Amino acid sequence: MSAQPATARSYSAVPAQPLRKGGVRIADVVKVYGTSEAGILAVDHCTFDVPPGEITVVVGPSGCGKTTLLNAIAGFHSISSGNIYLDDELLCGPRKLKAQPGPDRIVVFQNGALFPWKTNIENVTFGPIMQGLLSRAEAYEKARDMMADAGLRGIEHNYPGEMSSGVRRRVEIVRALMNDPKILLLDEPYRALDSLTKSVMHEALLEVFYKNRVTIFFITHDLEEAIFLGHRVVIMTTRPCRPKKILDIDIPHPRDYSVLTTKRFREFMDETAAAVHEEALKAFAAGEKER
Amino acid sequence: MAKAFVLRAMSTVGGDDFWRGIASIAVFLIFWEVGSRSQALFGIAFPWISQIPAPSAVLQELVVLVQDPSFWMSALLSTLRVFEGFLAAMVVGIPLGLAMAVSRTFYGITFPVFEVLRPIPPLAWVPASIIFWPTQELSIAFVTFLGAFFTIVINVIGGAQAIDVRYFQAARSMGSSTWDIFCRIILPATLPSIVVGATVGVGITWAVVVAAEMISGGGSAGSVGGAAGGGLGFFIWNSYVGGSYTQIVAGMISIGIAGYLSSAVLRKIGKWLTPWLSQY
Repeated sequence: MSAQPATARSYSAVPAQPLRKGGVRIADVVKVYGTSEAGILAVDHCTFDVPPGEITVVVGPSGCGKTTLLNAIAGFHSISSGNIYLDDELLCGPRKLKAQPGPDRIVVFQNGALFPWKTNIENVTFGPIMQGLLSRAEAYEKARDMMADAGLRGIEHNYPGEMSSGVRRRVEIVRALMNDPKILLLDEPYRALDSLTKSVMHEALLEVFYKNRVTIFFITHDLEEAIFLGHRVVIMTTRPCRPKKILDIDIPHPRDYSVLTTKRFREFMDETAAAVHEEALKAFAAGEKER
Repeated sequence: MAKAFVLRAMSTVGGDDFWRGIASIAVFLIFWEVGSRSQALFGIAFPWISQIPAPSAVLQELVVLVQDPSFWMSALLSTLRVFEGFLAAMVVGIPLGLAMAVSRTFYGITFPVFEVLRPIPPLAWVPASIIFWPTQELSIAFVTFLGAFFTIVINVIGGAQAIDVRYFQAARSMGSSTWDIFCRIILPATLPSIVVGATVGVGITWAVVVAAEMISGGGSAGSVGGAAGGGLGFFIWNSYVGGSYTQIVAGMISIGIAGYLSSAVLRKIGKWLTPWLSQY
């Protein structure tokens, strides 16, 4: 904890409500792409909660519209109707269909969005320096601490292009955490990684989560990943996307990879596999029709 | 990645690629030497190549030329024109390209005109340029400018439009203003394309300046008798008129070397400006 003074400080300042921020409420959200007559319905009256200080994983077939939801929270895209709240504050609603992007909601992108022309530490310090929160020296000090903490010592002055994709993703998560976000929005961040790297990344992410207690909104199409990481798993229907099944995973945290072989984990897998498979089949059929 | 690899291979003196390069040039020179002496050596004149002066003769000519101040004057004149035209093309082309890439309105207004003018070869501008511009020097500089200008603009537009939207989204999330995004995302992300445009552009500039000198500077330099004219293009044209074939080839080679040096300098500067590209 002491290795991350700034992060720890922001939480300890409010002992009355420890570790409780970044809750997102998605209420009856609809998103239509294109015109209302000839549009594509991507999100269909979607309602669910992302509890603060927990990991919520959204599972659905590729292209089902779950990224649309993430983009709406981040403020990259507008919604068509409904409301999204962050800690009871309206992010977007009927009067303001597009939220303002901000450092309280940072996205870690599917293929990574580290700036290739900046070194790793320049990437990590980008947010605080841009917002004028820290001086360059302070930002560098904090960044060095946080990178060392995440096992990324010694690569500060390398360019992201020199690193493996697993390391790049970890640097990107540190870059996100440097902004003290209320919620981290992860859009299939480990999709392009091999399964061995993926398992290492999962444990690294959980470690980050236990240290920072930042709310995490995680999108994936990998059910095993979802159940392993999530406090809550939201299984989406294929497009238009709507929660089909919401599960609270009662496997206690902290978790490590031994969880995968437990009976409870298999039960959750069995319980959800059929639902996910059914949606995947629908998505496949729909995909064939489009051609 | 492939580009970075080539750059590295070329810069290692003594490496495999270095010796391959030496061997390739040597074989080329031997073939040329034997070919141009074919009449004397085999009694048969090889077609085409036997008309060309042998490299040894050209080398002798070059040795004489490098001691001649007027040759250096010609080289300097051409270099200055290339430099002026190229610099003007960068100064006008980069902001224009960025503006076209950033503003859809500006793009809509300017791109059609740009696309109509772009296919016109710079040399087709020579007569109009001589009419429009008050001095011969300015007309040559203008045609040289055009040679690099369109290539640079097209590369800047392409580079800036290809920037991944995620970079903008990430920067926006982390609190960047529009100006920050321009300076810290658009500019560095476009830099590699600017370097490519400049390296290609400077080559075109050499091609254009020599032709422009032949047409305008070369043709009338004697009659005008002023400061205008001269340059390597004029030098080659003059050698042709005077019937000195070794001088023609020596002039051509000088241009080749000058063009190569310009590109090499730009590549070095480009590498220094975009360190993240050569780190793989």
